[in-house]
Amino acid sequence: MTLITHLGIDIEISRGDFSLRANFSTNHGLTAFYGRSGTGKTTLANAIAGLEKPNFGKIVLGTRTLYNSDKNVIISPEKRRIGYIFQDGRLFPHLSVQKNLLYGRRCIPSDIEFPDFDEIINLLDLQDLLYRHPINLSGGEKQRVAFGRAILSAPELLIMDEPLAALDPGHKDEIFPFIQRLRDNIGVPIIYISHALEEIIRLADYMVIFDKGITVASGPVDRIMSQLNLRTLIGHHEAGAVLQATICGQDKTFGLTELNFKRGRLFVAGIDLPLGTSVRVRIRASNVSLSLTKPSDTSILNVLPAKVIEITENFEPQMDVLLDIGIPLIARITRRSLTNMKLQPGTAVFALIKSTAIDRRSLGLVDID
Amino acid sequence: MLNLDTIEKEALMLSLRVAFWSVTICLPVALATAWLLARQKFFGKLLFDALVHLPLVVPPVVVGYILLVSFGRNGFVGSFLFENFGISLAFSWRGAAFAAGVMSFPLMVRAIRLSLESVDSGLEEAAKTLGASNVWVFITITLPLILPGIITGIVLAFARSLGEFGATITFVSNIPGETRTIPIALYTLIQTPEGEVGAIRLVIIAVLLALGALVISELLARRMRRRERL
Repeated sequence: MTLITHLGIDIEISRGDFSLRANFSTNHGLTAFYGRSGTGKTTLANAIAGLEKPNFGKIVLGTRTLYNSDKNVIISPEKRRIGYIFQDGRLFPHLSVQKNLLYGRRCIPSDIEFPDFDEIINLLDLQDLLYRHPINLSGGEKQRVAFGRAILSAPELLIMDEPLAALDPGHKDEIFPFIQRLRDNIGVPIIYISHALEEIIRLADYMVIFDKGITVASGPVDRIMSQLNLRTLIGHHEAGAVLQATICGQDKTFGLTELNFKRGRLFVAGIDLPLGTSVRVRIRASNVSLSLTKPSDTSILNVLPAKVIEITENFEPQMDVLLDIGIPLIARITRRSLTNMKLQPGTAVFALIKSTAIDRRSLGLVDID
Repeated sequence: MLNLDTIEKEALMLSLRVAFWSVTICLPVALATAWLLARQKFFGKLLFDALVHLPLVVPPVVVGYILLVSFGRNGFVGSFLFENFGISLAFSWRGAAFAAGVMSFPLMVRAIRLSLESVDSGLEEAAKTLGASNVWVFITITLPLILPGIITGIVLAFARSLGEFGATITFVSNIPGETRTIPIALYTLIQTPEGEVGAIRLVIIAVLLALGALVISELLARRMRRRERL
């Protein structure tokens, strides 16, 4: 899918003891804002939507300048054409689902084409909800209506602020496919805010990392995830490389799936997806171990030749090692092993990855490039 | 059944007319005031808030006297209105409606303000991101959501206007057919020897009127709740 709408951000906001400094640009289908709560993700989303006024800076969406403090440009939120899906849904309680969905329609500028109502209703599976009132909807249904309402206002950008946060885990999986469908079908770039890395890896092409009110890093998900210095921000347990692969084989006898990536193959726990499907796999650093010689009598199915690129410089008992297996991979080993194995940049090793460590939940479906 | 004589009918119709206009004039001003108090921050808000509530805490006679001094034919506002627009409030039913309006104003503001404060401003933000202008947001989101508060305000103000006595009699006196509303007519009857029967009849009328207003407001509120639950 080609997307031309570019979003450029360079702003500063300060409110009392909170301040936000954001500087990045993206032109990807789905850009994720990642960071702990209170790091300014929602504040930035509000600033993009026009609900919060920055102190100074610039916000550009496509060919339109939404905000520019130097030129005194402040487009009001109703003219920005940014669909906002709030964490709490914010459906209008006095209107039926259908009226909620159509609320934005009469405000669409005359030179913009109306989105196809029936198509969106089908896409989000809303047919049976149209005559109900928000009070009678479940959390997941509410969020689906909120998606539809935002899309039907013909936005140029969709912001989803933790749309799954208010749902219980079972319902999260119910909503997920709808977000994927929106990403792949409506041709509107999406900003997806989350503090769950799992969601981001499954959905995003591009990510922006927030820390203490600053956008500290931005880039393609696989590149960001393979940077050792971002480990503390991503979270110790969450850290690991993300790689793009396609499904190239199904081993029905042993319930395994074979993935093909740039320079090799990988066996993972069975995934029920057709051959040729593009996926994004996260391999947690803690599931990768290293060996200097190729082990022959091991339970581990994935043994890949690798080269050490970089080793984290700290004095913790556990260290992260960045490897090259044709693409970046991160391994977490003890300091003791590191010393015993005399690892240093350039050392040739074998990376051992447990197949059972990679399952459906660490996979993201991506468009075939 | 109660067969009303002309004097009673006159007092009843006058009371209804006074209360109707009192509420009608009050409503837009109260809506704007409630919005200012609930949503805006400005210098002197506390003082403004106190001023709005003054009629609630000051003796009605004091309010009536202030109205007489300022809005009477010789008052500074009253003479201005009369000379420029030919409007005179003193000793007319319009003055009675005005006095009732002033007295019931704080009640209406309070009811509307409370419901405005309970409206989630996030809903208004959501409407804006969908492309709605501020005015359109107010008409389609805010107003429907505060409707129960507005109705409560109207009923309270209507009842207060029907019962208004002190400020009215001080400001516009006790003129049969012009300013003699039910409470004032009742007061007059009590002052008259052998007026007891007439007084009791007026008391019954007043009670029925108040009951009617309460029932209507309750029915409206129920209908709204049901609509929201659908």
